[in-house]
Amino acid sequence: MMEILPNVTINHYLMLSVALFTIGAFGILFRRNAIIMFMCVELMLNAVNLTLVAFSKLWGGTDAQVFVFFIMVVAAAEVAVGLAILMMLYRNMHTTSTDVLDKLKW
Amino acid sequence: MKELIITSLLGISILALDIVKLRKAILPVIILGLLGTITSCILDWGHNENPFNNNMLLFDNYALGFIVILSAVTLVWFLISTDHFSGSESRTDLYALVAFSFAGAMILAAYTNMVMLFLGIEILSIPMYVLAASNKKELISNESGFKYFFLGALASSILLFGIALIYGATGSFDLPTIATAITTNGSGTILTAGLLMIIVGFAFKVSIAPFHFWAPDVYQGAPTMVTALMSTLVKGAAFAAMFKLFATAFAPTLDFTQTIFVVMSIITLLASNAMASIQANTKRLLAYSSVSHAAFMLAAVMLANTISPSVLMYYVLVYSVSSIVTFATLYHISKAQNGAEGFDAFKGLVKRNPILAGAMTLALLSMAGIPPLSGFMAKYFIIGAVIQADQIWLAVIMILSSAIGIYYYLKIIMAMFTPIENAGRIVITDLQRILFIILSIAMVALFFVAAFVK
Repeated sequence: MMEILPNVTINHYLMLSVALFTIGAFGILFRRNAIIMFMCVELMLNAVNLTLVAFSKLWGGTDAQVFVFFIMVVAAAEVAVGLAILMMLYRNMHTTSTDVLDKLKW
Repeated sequence: MKELIITSLLGISILALDIVKLRKAILPVIILGLLGTITSCILDWGHNENPFNNNMLLFDNYALGFIVILSAVTLVWFLISTDHFSGSESRTDLYALVAFSFAGAMILAAYTNMVMLFLGIEILSIPMYVLAASNKKELISNESGFKYFFLGALASSILLFGIALIYGATGSFDLPTIATAITTNGSGTILTAGLLMIIVGFAFKVSIAPFHFWAPDVYQGAPTMVTALMSTLVKGAAFAAMFKLFATAFAPTLDFTQTIFVVMSIITLLASNAMASIQANTKRLLAYSSVSHAAFMLAAVMLANTISPSVLMYYVLVYSVSSIVTFATLYHISKAQNGAEGFDAFKGLVKRNPILAGAMTLALLSMAGIPPLSGFMAKYFIIGAVIQADQIWLAVIMILSSAIGIYYYLKIIMAMFTPIENAGRIVITDLQRILFIILSIAMVALFFVAAFVK
């Protein structure tokens, strides 16, 4: 394990985070379960965190690592609000599937 | 910096006043707070060029100008929507959320660092998700909040990934440093990818086609007065942020981004006007009209290196005034007839409430860009700058889409002047009557203020 680590370059981190980010984005757009969509939001934000930390190592600064903490705090606040909205929807519709959201179209 | 402190304290004191059961004092405190913000901006005007907190915020004239406009819009919104939340038991929470959202808008006008850009967008948006869903029993309000939340989160993530890639390419979050790094290093794959993701993220936030599909749904489902806030405060602040970003950090890339912005503006104008002409619901029609106005503001961002920011400020101000009037009128009309939002709801308005009908007519004509109303000058400045930049096709499509705009705005105006039998009057309070009159005068007076726009 230890001998592989020096061979991991910035490109590997970027590929991993782009993959995570894409999975998250497609999840939000195509999944029908609101809970899974929440997980996808978190996945996207964590992909960004990974990119920032990798670039921070590359540039030798700490500002990107501080930014990661801001992103974590904001993600927590965002999910708190999102779950509240989801709870309200669940009380009215008794489901977490987004298929019921068809009142607004065209 | 004082302005930001005043607004944040305003939000906290609204919540505190609710706890100590001084609900009557809330509205006066809001008015005082927002007037205090405006005063402090005017006092700081021209001699406050020092950045705060290690180049995080800069309250220069650009920021102060937008803050004055946005505080005036928020103040008018608070006064005009007093009866909207009066039935709700959580009224004070909603007021506090608007104040916090406004603090986010202020950060967006004053940021000089990508970190503050992200924080500003989130502080602006998160209260808006709650406000959009604030009509708890209504299913369409739930759906609106839900869609707004998920597409907002998606947009923030895309924007954030763009910021991370820009950091990777330039090694900084500071706007001027990014600009120097781009000029010296030239553009690479990572920079281009980051730039495109930032554009897509912003396009989601300000509802530019092809990322505008959420906007009509969210605008229609949210409570009408919240929609008014979305189409004025949120849109104005997001464009202030976008203009600043492309005027400073990405100024060296404007040649590359110009083509993208031209294509996006053209798609936005065509899609929004085509969809607006076939709507039967006036709230959705106004939402599409709001999308089409975003295309004009995007053209100002596209020319960020040649155009004066006062052109964008003027557009935001003029558009906000007419937008608040249209949504407030729609609110009163649909409240008087059980939430009806079709064209029929507007029938006979000229008899039922002449002041609302007059203000609404002026606002719609101003949005359509008919002189001597301020909307004409706002569009004139943008189209003039677009022609100077040799984007003739964009200018032609802008003028054509304004012509289509007249068609669907006139449908509402025609309905207002159609007489109907036994219609009851629509009652509004004295304060609202005065505000509608002031806003109508403003729509004409701003036409002459245009002489001061550089």
